[in-house]
Amino acid sequence: MPAGTLYRGREGMWSWVAHRVTGVLIFFFLFVHVLDTALVRVSPEAYDKVVATYKTPIVALLEYGLVAAILFHALNGLRVIAVDFWSKGPRYQKQMLWTVMGIWVVLMVGALYPVLGHAVRELFGS
Amino acid sequence: MSADTTTATSGIGPVEGGAGTAYGVDNPAPVIEAPRKRTAKTPRSTRGNFEMAAWLFMRLSGIVLVVLVLGHLLIQLVLDGGVSKIGFAFVAGRWASPFWQIWDLLMLWLAMLHGGNGLRTVINDYAERDTTRFWLKMLLYTATVFTVLLGTLVIFTFDPNIR
Repeated sequence: MPAGTLYRGREGMWSWVAHRVTGVLIFFFLFVHVLDTALVRVSPEAYDKVVATYKTPIVALLEYGLVAAILFHALNGLRVIAVDFWSKGPRYQKQMLWTVMGIWVVLMVGALYPVLGHAVRELFGS
Repeated sequence: MSADTTTATSGIGPVEGGAGTAYGVDNPAPVIEAPRKRTAKTPRSTRGNFEMAAWLFMRLSGIVLVVLVLGHLLIQLVLDGGVSKIGFAFVAGRWASPFWQIWDLLMLWLAMLHGGNGLRTVINDYAERDTTRFWLKMLLYTATVFTVLLGTLVIFTFDPNIR
C-alpha cells in the first residue's frame, strides 16, 4: 500500500470510481445523442438513416450498456444524496450500496427483453 | 502564525517512532497548523460559494434527472416496441406536444450542466499542469455551450413539415 493512500478499495471507493466512470461515459453519449437528434433539422431521411444504425444488434448491445451505466449512476446518485443529507446515511452507506446493486440487477434483467429483444429476433429470426 | 511554544507539560505520552525525541518544556513539539487556518497571508476575499452551489446543483439536478431520464428511457427503449419504433415521425408526434418539448428541454439543460460540472471536477482532479487544465476546461465549456444551444434550437425550431 503506497503511503498517503486514504482509501482502501472497499465499497465506498469502488462505488465512487464506478460513479465517475459511468458519469463520463454518459456525458459523452449525451453529446453524440444531441448531435444525432439535431439531424431532424436537416431532413427526415438524414435522421432516419442514423437512427437505423441504432437498431442494429451491435448498437443494441451498446444501448444495453448505456442503460446499465445510467441505472447505476441514477441509483448510486440517490445513495450519495442520502449519505450527504440523511443523518444516518454515512453509517448505512454499505447497506445502501448493496441495495442499489440489488435494484440494479433486477432492473437490468427487466431491461433485457425490451432492449435486446429485437436484436435477438434480427440475429436468429423471428 | 506565531511560534507558540506553550505546550502542556503533562498528558503527553511518548510519541510513536520518535525514539530520542521526547518532547517537553525544553524541547517543545512543533506546532502543526490546521490545514485551512486563516493567516495574515490569506487573502481577505475568497472565491465565494461557487463550489458549494455546484455541489448542491449536482444533488438537486440529479433528483430531477432520475425522473426525466428514466422516464425518457422507458418511453424510447421499452414501451411500444423499444428503439425499433423511433424515427422522424415518432419525434414529430412527441414534439407536437408542449409537454414533451418542455420535458426534453429541461432534460437537455440539466443533463448538460450536470455532466459538464461532473467533467469539470474530473479535469480538476486529474489534469495536474495548469495549462492542460485550463485548455481542457475551455474545450469542455465550448462543447457544453454548443450542445446546449444546438439542442435548444432544434427543440424550438423543429418543423414536422420540413419536406
